[in-house]
Amino acid sequence: MSFESKPLSTLLCGAPVGPARTRRSFMALGALGAAAGGGLLAPLSAMAQFRVEVTGVGLTQIPFSIAPFRGAELASQNIPAIVRADLERSGQFRPIEAPPGVIDENARPDLAPWRDRSVDALLTGSISRLADGRFDVRFRLWDVVRAQDMGGLSFPVPASDLRLAAHRIADYVYERLIGDKGVFSTRIAYVSKDGNRFNLWVADADGENAQSALASPEPIISPVWSPNGSQLAYVSFEARKPVIYSHEIATGRRRLVATFRGSNSAPAWAPDGRQMVATLTLAGQSQIYALDPAGGQPRRLTQSSSIDTEPAYTADGQFIYFVSDRGGSPQVYRMPAAGGPAERVTFTGNYNISPAVSPDGRWLAYVTRVGSGYKLQVMELATGNTASVTDTTADESPSFAPNSRLIMYATRVSGRESLMTTTLDGRIKTRLASAPGNVREPDWGPFLSA
Amino acid sequence: MNHSKHLTGSPAASISSGRRWAQWLACATVAAALVGCGSSVKLDEVPVTDRSGTPVQPGGAGSGAGTGADSRGVAPVSVAPGQIGQPPASLSRTIYFDFDSFTVRPEFAATLEGHARFLNADRSRSVVLEGHTDERGGREYNLALGQKRAESVRRALSLLGVSDSQMEAVSFGKEKPANPGTTEEAFSQNRRVELSYR
Repeated sequence: MSFESKPLSTLLCGAPVGPARTRRSFMALGALGAAAGGGLLAPLSAMAQFRVEVTGVGLTQIPFSIAPFRGAELASQNIPAIVRADLERSGQFRPIEAPPGVIDENARPDLAPWRDRSVDALLTGSISRLADGRFDVRFRLWDVVRAQDMGGLSFPVPASDLRLAAHRIADYVYERLIGDKGVFSTRIAYVSKDGNRFNLWVADADGENAQSALASPEPIISPVWSPNGSQLAYVSFEARKPVIYSHEIATGRRRLVATFRGSNSAPAWAPDGRQMVATLTLAGQSQIYALDPAGGQPRRLTQSSSIDTEPAYTADGQFIYFVSDRGGSPQVYRMPAAGGPAERVTFTGNYNISPAVSPDGRWLAYVTRVGSGYKLQVMELATGNTASVTDTTADESPSFAPNSRLIMYATRVSGRESLMTTTLDGRIKTRLASAPGNVREPDWGPFLSA
Repeated sequence: MNHSKHLTGSPAASISSGRRWAQWLACATVAAALVGCGSSVKLDEVPVTDRSGTPVQPGGAGSGAGTGADSRGVAPVSVAPGQIGQPPASLSRTIYFDFDSFTVRPEFAATLEGHARFLNADRSRSVVLEGHTDERGGREYNLALGQKRAESVRRALSLLGVSDSQMEAVSFGKEKPANPGTTEEAFSQNRRVELSYR
């Protein structure tokens, strides 16, 4: 999906403050306001239309304000509220209510009153109607402490993309002030079950704006985004046996990519977007095969007489992590992407499954069984050090955000299946409150090419 | 019915009696055949089945199958939809497994033999072996475990003579439990292979 954005010209002399210096200057102020440790539920934002359920706080919490946007009433989406909820949900920003009084992106506000309110970052902007019926969304970010213009963008968008424009603004603020690429404008996929009705949903990363890509009376499992974000592959039981579809989200067109004898499951895309691997049972036992994009005979990659399944590519396409019980119980292994000797990666516990590798290649998330519970683990691949990052005991199917900073997973909260995100250190967690009913099998989509 | 026995007697008897005697008997046979419907029993002595009136015998002619009394009755049989190509309903369709186990318990040997007999009797018959697990553990790994159970039943049937083209082993993992509960009892009902004749 192409999305235009144009930078606004700088209003003040001097370059905007770089992110690293900004972060340090905020840390001093942030520490005064930050709560110690986790477990603190942030208060429901009065202004936001969207429930923000976040527990825990970051080491720094940047106090920010969003001034009322000029023309906000023109848009069907409350853009400032979406931006505010996105930033608040990250646990790294603390919203401070702005007094009434519109400030648009062309104004040079007096920043002294904002400093008095202990605001470190101020967002201003406007929404106007274009001649062709689209909306022009504009904003500017101010470093209140240094009294500097941190730039802004303008987005001409149709009404259907207003929400996306808000997420793009939140990404911009996040990148300028935290230094990491934001994931607010990415999408997720997940499955819901309601009695005998199963749906495959595509939603914004905040869980809002969910649309059903597939409705089925039979189970759907293991959805995975294609590298360019236009397709989902998944396992469907609609034929009364598991088969793999590749499904183009925008058009609803789908094709069978694996319907071989026996069971077809655990699809994974190679980073080139064409090659796929999956677990097939052509040999009797579950083994990992490379599927031929032209539909020919699949090529067997694993060579064991045990169960080999759940393949996961590294982002550079060099390796595949997978689950094998060749050693007697399921553990995570790694092999070259073209197949070959596998090396074992997990050594703690006797049941380790569902590997997910961070796009930056530094981390491995997986699920381990402890007693009768299943718990999300994060391993630093360089050292092998592993940590448990949740308090729950029914964790499933971890998936990394494309900026490698967050993991989305399914679990049970108060007896109900829920989707959660966590930072890699487990410090900040959110629950996707908008995902209804019994939800499972999340997969985090890629960055959209701008 | 002695006369009819003569007529339907073994041709070998007439042959062994000599040619002239055989010819005479053959003529007599043909002559008798021309007289009536292959029987010299008088028509008014034939017990006609009359369902419109009071049955002469208790049970009536409709139960002739049990008594063997009436070879001209017709006992109705209807094929229920979905039962075409199915073994008898009395044969169990489900094999249960112990936790973490993929071997068929001896108590199911008779069930498997029954299915093997049905499949061996007609090579055009086919069965899908659907493997399942209980709900504990990951979805994809459980799909593979269910497959192992289905494969185990497939091998057992193969040893009993069923050919590969008649069977397909598939798995539902933990996605289609027979019992949605979370007790040990529920779990034991879910660890199974179902033999599905589609």
